[in-house]
Amino acid sequence: MSVTLKKLKDRFPDSIMETHSFRGDDTAVVKKEDILKICKFLRDDKELLYNFMMDLTAVDYYGREPRFEIVYHLYSLKYNMRVRIKVPVPESDCTTDSIISIWIGADWFEREVYDLYGIIFKGHPNLKRILLYEGFEGHPLRKDYPVRGRQPLIGPKN
Amino acid sequence: MTDLAKNLHTEHMVINMGPSHPVTHGTVKFVVTLDGETIVDFYVEIGYLHRGFEKMCENSTWEQVFPYTDRLNYISPMINNVGYALAVEKLIGIDTPERCKYVRVIVSELSRLADHYTNIAASALELGAFTVFLYFVEARDLIWDLLESVCGARLTSNYVRIGGLKNDLPDGFKGQTKEVFKRCRELWIDVDKLLTKNRIFLDRLRDVGIMPPDEAIAWGFTGPCLRASGVPYDVRKAQPYLVYDQIDFEIPIGEKGDNFDRYLVRMEEINQSMRIVEQALDKLPDGPINVDMPEYRWQSKDDIYTKIESLIFHFKTVTGGIKPPPGEVYFPVEGANGEVGFYLVSDGSGKPYKCRVRPPSFALTAAMPRMVKGSLIADIVPTFDMIHMIGGECDR
Amino acid sequence: MSAGHEEGIEKVLGNSVLLTKLDEIIGWGRKYSFFLYPFVTACCGMEFMSLAGPRYDLDRFGSALPRFSPRQADLLMVVGTISHKQAPILVKVYNQMTEPKWVFSFGVCATSGGFYDNYATVQGIDTLIPVDVYVPGCPPRPEMVIDGLLRLQQKVAKERWSDWPRGEAPVTKK
Repeated sequence: MSVTLKKLKDRFPDSIMETHSFRGDDTAVVKKEDILKICKFLRDDKELLYNFMMDLTAVDYYGREPRFEIVYHLYSLKYNMRVRIKVPVPESDCTTDSIISIWIGADWFEREVYDLYGIIFKGHPNLKRILLYEGFEGHPLRKDYPVRGRQPLIGPKN
Repeated sequence: MTDLAKNLHTEHMVINMGPSHPVTHGTVKFVVTLDGETIVDFYVEIGYLHRGFEKMCENSTWEQVFPYTDRLNYISPMINNVGYALAVEKLIGIDTPERCKYVRVIVSELSRLADHYTNIAASALELGAFTVFLYFVEARDLIWDLLESVCGARLTSNYVRIGGLKNDLPDGFKGQTKEVFKRCRELWIDVDKLLTKNRIFLDRLRDVGIMPPDEAIAWGFTGPCLRASGVPYDVRKAQPYLVYDQIDFEIPIGEKGDNFDRYLVRMEEINQSMRIVEQALDKLPDGPINVDMPEYRWQSKDDIYTKIESLIFHFKTVTGGIKPPPGEVYFPVEGANGEVGFYLVSDGSGKPYKCRVRPPSFALTAAMPRMVKGSLIADIVPTFDMIHMIGGECDR
Repeated sequence: MSAGHEEGIEKVLGNSVLLTKLDEIIGWGRKYSFFLYPFVTACCGMEFMSLAGPRYDLDRFGSALPRFSPRQADLLMVVGTISHKQAPILVKVYNQMTEPKWVFSFGVCATSGGFYDNYATVQGIDTLIPVDVYVPGCPPRPEMVIDGLLRLQQKVAKERWSDWPRGEAPVTKK
């Protein structure tokens, strides 16, 4: 059990739902209400110091409840460690807290997840579409959106 | 006169540096609010090249994803190929032969050279130094000749496979590389003489677009821009993959974090990449280049056409796709522009359930307003050039 | 194509030698002096940079100078993938260009959408604007592009002055 996972389990025993280390990647599945506390702890604790938020994305597990899972990849420069935090988000309550107050780089990553999956981040100052045009309907990376769906702004729908 | 100036009605002007603009490398829109020539507010809009990389990958088999990864960072496509192949190999749990690792290092570094040459050529062109553009485009064409002799295509290579490579290096590659590098070093010296102590270049790039190190880390910077701010983070040194731990090279670190440091870091990385390629070519061992597991990497055509087991595996992997075990993995690779990380989720079938690439230029472009607010409108050009946003990677 | 644009002189002189010679001279002048508008979006842009470089030189064919204003350009080279977000901008730029103007579709993404058959990509710019030359390839080798340019020059040389003006892009006509 790596340092990160052990400290997380000791500090937040009821927030951590599951941990594993498949192929050497430390992963922790946490409850979505506690994500802000956990991220702050990961960033500020003296033995962890996760100062890089490398990636923020979401996965759509269609047909499973909860449907979405937001995935954060963090990296600690000083201790050269990586961890992956996963937050399950049900389709009925498709919101979670924004971590922009902890790492400002999360700004655009969260906008992208909102754009492509439709998950709303509470507390984000400017949650607009970023990769698709403003009037686009639907969220394309969900599994029930067809890959060939056509929504042209101009021109034929071929 | 000053009374007149006080009563003069001025208001801020909003200018649109639109998506089709010579300086914005094609696909970014800046909405700039100006007070005279000083930037008051700056808004970046991307997404004009969103081509649905993730959705297409979810609808293709694991091997069919390689052409899509080529077109992410299209100036250094080999690095994306290698990163994706390494991520899938980590997911499966296989290790490629030594020769394959060395060849992957060689082609990755050649791609990195092409990327840095393109960046400095394009930046110099936009600042008015047309000669540098011609010199470095010549250097880049020579590197592309090398890559073409390896895999057949100049730009979109599609060379790496899961568990190996498409084919081995051609004969005479080492001699050809020596010739090319001799010419490239001459061109590098010429460009260095033209630009590094050039008064105009220094004035345009020095103290412009400064990003201090802790803010750079908070924004998620990686790659040459982060190293120019003084943070010594390079995935090749921090978490070595392939054979980077057996090759002797240095990573240049900047001091101030302005555009001129980014330029110097890239110029020095060109030299270091050439060193890496030469060392790798010297140390290149003999042996196979594909891993001997027919359910993931099909055998040579001799075997396929003569042995029945190879034929069956070939048929199944081409039509149904290879089948890695279910799970998820994240593998970071040092791209030319930053850390390119592949996050793959597999459900055991022949198609990726999710194939996510962590785009380095996304984080860099997000920080543009922070770097540019308060300076003059002409400072947008060198800052944006030195960030080296590549549309294919930022918008995917 | 030249529907109903019969000028006064044409009506009187018809297909006589005077006008065909005039057309030839104008065509010769136009074909050797293209002012490109490189509408660069994606990977094909790198091959375009190579074309402008010292090895494959576009300057030999008279089309060296890129003009980044639609009013000053006459050859719109659509280089790279056009997404649905970018499509209105392409049509706007095409409409703003002054006639005579030609469109060169560089690369397979501009020609037909490439292998991006999905929700975000225009499946060929000829659904939006009229195209004169298609150069497939992903990306096309510079020699292919030069071949395309030479064919465009042949096409331009054969045009008649009554072919212009053609009006705005058909997709914007209501």
